[in-house]
Amino acid sequence: MVQSHDFEAALALSRFGLGSGSYGWHAAGGDARAALKHEIKAGSAALRIDAPLLSTPELLTQYYDYTQAVKALRKQTPPDDGSKLPNPVAERNLDEIGARFNTAVMKPRIGFNERLVMFWANHFAVATDKSSPIRITAGAFEREAIRPNVFGSFKDLVMAVETHPCMLTYLDNISSIGPQSRHGRSSRLGLNENLAREIMELHILGVGSGYTQADVTAFAAALTGWSVKSFSESSEGAGDGFNFIDTNHQPGEQTVLGKVYPDSGFFQAADILIDLASRPATARHITFKLARHFVADVPPPALVDRLMENFLATGGDLASVYETLIESDEAWNPACVKIRSPQEHLAAMIRTSGVTIRPQTEKQALYVMGQSLWTPSGPNGFPDTFAAWATPEGLSTRLDVTALIAAQIIRAFPGHNIDPRELAARCLGPRLTDATLQAISHAETVPQGLSLVFMSPEFLRR
Amino acid sequence: MEFKSLFANGFSRRNLFQMGGVAAFGAFIPLTARAAGARDPRFITIVLRGALDGLTAVPPVGDPDYARLHGREAQTTSQPLPLNTMFGLHPAMPHFAAQYRAGQALVVHASASPYRDRSHFDGQDVLESGFTTPGHTDSGWMNRLLLTLRQDQRITAMQGLSVGTTTPLIIRGQADILGWAPSSLSLKDPDLPGRVLALYQESDPAFAATFRDAIKTNRITAGFDANSARGGPADPQMMAAMATGTAQFLARDDGPRIAALAFEGWDTHVSETDRLTRLLGGLDDALYAFQHTLGPVWKDTAILVITEFGRTAAINGTQGTDHGTGTTAFLTGGAVKGGRVIADWPGLKTAQLYQGRDLAPTIDLRSIAKGVMAELYDVSDKALATTIFSNSDTAVPMKGLIA
Repeated sequence: MVQSHDFEAALALSRFGLGSGSYGWHAAGGDARAALKHEIKAGSAALRIDAPLLSTPELLTQYYDYTQAVKALRKQTPPDDGSKLPNPVAERNLDEIGARFNTAVMKPRIGFNERLVMFWANHFAVATDKSSPIRITAGAFEREAIRPNVFGSFKDLVMAVETHPCMLTYLDNISSIGPQSRHGRSSRLGLNENLAREIMELHILGVGSGYTQADVTAFAAALTGWSVKSFSESSEGAGDGFNFIDTNHQPGEQTVLGKVYPDSGFFQAADILIDLASRPATARHITFKLARHFVADVPPPALVDRLMENFLATGGDLASVYETLIESDEAWNPACVKIRSPQEHLAAMIRTSGVTIRPQTEKQALYVMGQSLWTPSGPNGFPDTFAAWATPEGLSTRLDVTALIAAQIIRAFPGHNIDPRELAARCLGPRLTDATLQAISHAETVPQGLSLVFMSPEFLRR
Repeated sequence: MEFKSLFANGFSRRNLFQMGGVAAFGAFIPLTARAAGARDPRFITIVLRGALDGLTAVPPVGDPDYARLHGREAQTTSQPLPLNTMFGLHPAMPHFAAQYRAGQALVVHASASPYRDRSHFDGQDVLESGFTTPGHTDSGWMNRLLLTLRQDQRITAMQGLSVGTTTPLIIRGQADILGWAPSSLSLKDPDLPGRVLALYQESDPAFAATFRDAIKTNRITAGFDANSARGGPADPQMMAAMATGTAQFLARDDGPRIAALAFEGWDTHVSETDRLTRLLGGLDDALYAFQHTLGPVWKDTAILVITEFGRTAAINGTQGTDHGTGTTAFLTGGAVKGGRVIADWPGLKTAQLYQGRDLAPTIDLRSIAKGVMAELYDVSDKALATTIFSNSDTAVPMKGLIA
């Protein structure tokens, strides 16, 4: 595919990044593919969030302290419902949102790395509306399990995710008890298959890849005991918050996909997980989703095959898979057939303008657009297709939010000359069409012009 | 729909008191410090964003070429109100007509800022900054007027008032100003959906189809009507509310003396008749609200209504008008020597039109603004020609605008 370096530089920001930041449309320089590989080489260290955010054990302790304080207030005479106490669940959630949309997304030149964080956080989705412990730790889950492993091996990423307290809580493994475990025999409690099924169906192998109900049950039995430390006193000595509870673990060997795994306690499920994560079905599932996310709803089969081969040949080395994607001409189709998700759209507006927005406003903007951070309707995450987002409801709510952001930009830079024509040229470069430039030039007010930039096909599509 | 709460929480609306207005009110210099009998003037500008069609607002019914202009006869729904043998007034403006008859209101026709291209942004920059070229957006000429006023003319510590959710450039700058907006003022831009749809229709059929569905199912209100404009700066009722609130502040002894407002929606490319009838009605209600609410200080008031440029002399293919050049300005208030139309009429024959398409500008808006400031505040010609309107020697302050 022959296209100018300039066009490819501008395309890189949309297709693989989060829009132009302070560097403008030419941030990827004369060789966009090399620039993207540079973000891959910079690795996960560049993804550390420089903000004072708490670890999972600290957060769960804070939540426990809060619930105790509310309880104490309710016992008072006259009772106090505790509604005046600052709620750490809501506050920490806003901290995490602000740390991402006002800090993390502003840092990278292109933002491929932050896009990958968004991709994986959605692949390994948790939903904050399920319970308060999930809500208060969802951001820490993304920081602790996903960010450090985005450029590593898929197996490490999976292990970090499936042993994280937030995931173990979200998919109910903390209440899954081996029926023949010491705890199971005394309590008559039993298996909960939720985590085992979603790991196989969503996280790793993919639905319809040949596993059976017996495989799910056996894996669920192996996973019993994978749990979370109790945070009733303090976070000291809690490590990362993971806790293997031997007395919950179902004794005996398990057979998954024809292979027998002896009872090795914690390692029984870990061994299964590592094996499953390396299977061809997993390679196909993961690489298809990656290609669908970055390239097209129905990605070119040759591209998926190439990514899959690389995944299998490297033992799931994600950096290598991303490089293969970047080097594939299919990934650089000049026609933009995907639409930015609401999160990407918000991040791009913020990066393009340099405006700082209150986390509460960012949270509501995402809610209005249908993509509240870490709150999909289920463990399958938010949809990742054009048809799912480019809906009448989708475009109408985007319109509302762009108008809001445009007004915030005007207010944020009093006395500055904000020219929507310049902003469009600066952020879109050679992708800016005459039709869009004309529409922006004819806008009646500056906010209207900014809204037209943010609603333009070349800003929305990627 | 979450729209409302989103906006409510997205903004900590500035209001007068948040901005230290209370302190400012306590810090005024008593009026007795002023010379007995001297006027304590109020000066207000209203910027009409989008470019007002001056030929529809104040039709030159006495010019035989007016009727010959393509489509112009049909632009007003009923007979214009008579101003003189040459000019009529749009029938949606009865209050302004009454002020005119009372000798307190005048029209400046075929006028324009020094800007000669047709971009709203740049045109508004020039109109409001007081510079001859766009891009000077640090301060506006009303703010520099505040800086120029002599100490004894500064009745209050905070002499200027900005009205609306954002400060209009015209009053932005070094001099501290107060900010105020009606608490119910929204960001609603009734024009935006139509513009987005037009863009999609030109370049993105898939988005266009989806967007049309959103309009069909009322998720998006497209079309500029009373409903879609409600609550925003293009809503006639909101114009009157902004005027009433502004006047309440300006009527106080210890309140600000100078204010800037902006009304939106004047970019009438399509179906101009209905839209302009509604907008001019809103402007007219606002001018009446000023008169009514300012009460005893109306006699010391001048309100200047200006826009970035005019519109094409002929009607376009969609019953609207496109960006042009010369247009009308309005000046009203008890301090104004009104009852007249000021014009050096350029004519409407094709050869007389600017570039063969627009009403030619024959009066520099800066001459009007400078004339008002010179007579209201006794500002020197030098300050007017350098500090307030840079490089404006050629725009001589017009004399006799103030009674």
